[in-house]
Amino acid sequence: MAETSVNNGVNVDALLAAREVLKGAPQAAKFTWRASCKWKNGTHSVSKVQGFHGLGEEQKHKTEFSFEADHPEIFASEDLGATPVELVLVGLASCLTAGVAAVAQNRGIQLRSVEAKLEGSMDIQGILGIDSDVRNGYDDIKVTFNIDADASKKDIEALVAQSQKRSAVYDIVTNPTNVRVEVV
Amino acid sequence: MANRTAAVERTIEQFTTVVIGAGHAGLATSRCLSERSLDHVVLERGEIANSWRRERWDSLRLLTPNWQSKLPGHRYEGADPDGFMTMPEVIAFVSRFAVVSNAPVRTHTAVTSVRRIEEGYEVATSAGGFRCRTLVLASGACNLPSVPALRQAVPASIECVTALDYRNPAQLPDGGVLIVGASATGVQLADEIRRSGRHVTLSVGEHVRLPRTYRGRDILWWMDASGVWNQRYDEIDDLTRARSLPSPQLVGTLERTTLDLNALMAAGVEVVGRLSAIRDGRALFSGGLRNHFALADLKMDRLLDTFDDWARRNARDADVDAPERFEPTRVPASSRLDLDLTRGAIRSIVWATGFRPDYSWLDVPVVDHKGRLRHTGGVVDAPGLYAIGLPVLRRRKSTFIHGAEDDARDIVDHLAGYLAGAAVGSAAAP
Repeated sequence: MAETSVNNGVNVDALLAAREVLKGAPQAAKFTWRASCKWKNGTHSVSKVQGFHGLGEEQKHKTEFSFEADHPEIFASEDLGATPVELVLVGLASCLTAGVAAVAQNRGIQLRSVEAKLEGSMDIQGILGIDSDVRNGYDDIKVTFNIDADASKKDIEALVAQSQKRSAVYDIVTNPTNVRVEVV
Repeated sequence: MANRTAAVERTIEQFTTVVIGAGHAGLATSRCLSERSLDHVVLERGEIANSWRRERWDSLRLLTPNWQSKLPGHRYEGADPDGFMTMPEVIAFVSRFAVVSNAPVRTHTAVTSVRRIEEGYEVATSAGGFRCRTLVLASGACNLPSVPALRQAVPASIECVTALDYRNPAQLPDGGVLIVGASATGVQLADEIRRSGRHVTLSVGEHVRLPRTYRGRDILWWMDASGVWNQRYDEIDDLTRARSLPSPQLVGTLERTTLDLNALMAAGVEVVGRLSAIRDGRALFSGGLRNHFALADLKMDRLLDTFDDWARRNARDADVDAPERFEPTRVPASSRLDLDLTRGAIRSIVWATGFRPDYSWLDVPVVDHKGRLRHTGGVVDAPGLYAIGLPVLRRRKSTFIHGAEDDARDIVDHLAGYLAGAAVGSAAAP
């Protein structure tokens, strides 16, 4: 399917093979992703990810990854990490970008560079409780891709559109998800 | 008298082939069986062209122009080849075909079960039993509405209608209407209900945008002439996807108007994203509307590129107007993400979310966990069992009236081969 001369570092054959296997074993396709978070001080926290469940068993990243989160000094915080809402943009950006590479590989398009800029606009009257009609979260998110590739503008637009269509984070951000928060 | 009735009920009639359904697909199959002198019967739960009679809204016209309405040995011969048939005209067209084909139809014979027996199949109906060596399912692709499970969360004060029950706007309560789905059905109903003076909110997910005319010709002329419509099921990369595509946003009108989302928005229809949840009486819509527009615009342009290439390669550019491209779907400044269903602004919901076939009477294990028939180009995964009239069964045109002939010939060829092979003890390959 993919042209052999194109290499974006994505093993599409392996992904397509996995797709075929999972079609016959839908249970193995059920994944659970995990993160744990520890409060440090003020608005500063550190989250870690390593283990997850999938393909019918426990899985592990090669190493534990760690993410600092805090708020900037204008919020009277120490600014020891990105704000959580920025981490959401990071998740969306990396998900769409990975999708662009995978779709490009599958379509035989050689990528030279892919850059994305993200902007999320937010009225903080919501989180500050000033105006209950203003939502807490982003009211708009804008993603701007700048892609250099062996393809027409139309084909690049189609890549980006297909990447959104298959993106988990794009889906999470654009559609409601049930969230259950419990205290033990 | 009582004894005679019992005797009649016990009688089981034998045919080489039973065809279930006397719509255009079943009748085309019957015609091909007759041409091969294969004895058969066509069982019809109601009347000929029953779904066209009873399961369509009043204003519906075919999406295909009259000149395209063809069945084996039968074609439109009226005065308006570029027009689009109304439902009474379709019923007359299909009924006339049954007469000229001398189709052996048993009307008011509803199939209640089909089971496998040693020599083929046994079919129980409301009017007696039948046995056959081969069976063709032509019972339609649109027997039941496909309504998402979130329907359960709709407040009781909202009247729900599916595209199978909908007849005309007068049937809906006064007030706002939420239409879910933007296939041919969804856009046609949005237009008609908007014209009735109601506020219409149209929830749009993945959709297929097409202009009614392109370079001066009907878009379906292009589909036909360029060969796209003849593309076979075994030449399509993602067949599962091709088979589940929504119908294109088209309407058959005298004016040959394009009924895309731009036209609907200009008419005052409010377009929102895919309905993703109903929570606490509020409908929540996806924020991914923009990408659904982008995907549909890109796919339309790619199809038009295919047509332009075809015209150039086949020296047809002089027969048609110059290439054109259409305005991208206009993204609303801000699209609504939720809608309160409890405050009276919305009084009814029309589910234009697709259809599915009904195989509840089919006691043969050939239906997968998603309710789809397991078949390869209409050759079902059970000996001597066939299907016709399903989306992209053997070709992209399979579910259109003119698509039935080629499929019926292929299916009956295979069926005849199966019978011949069965006679010498081997089965034919799909």
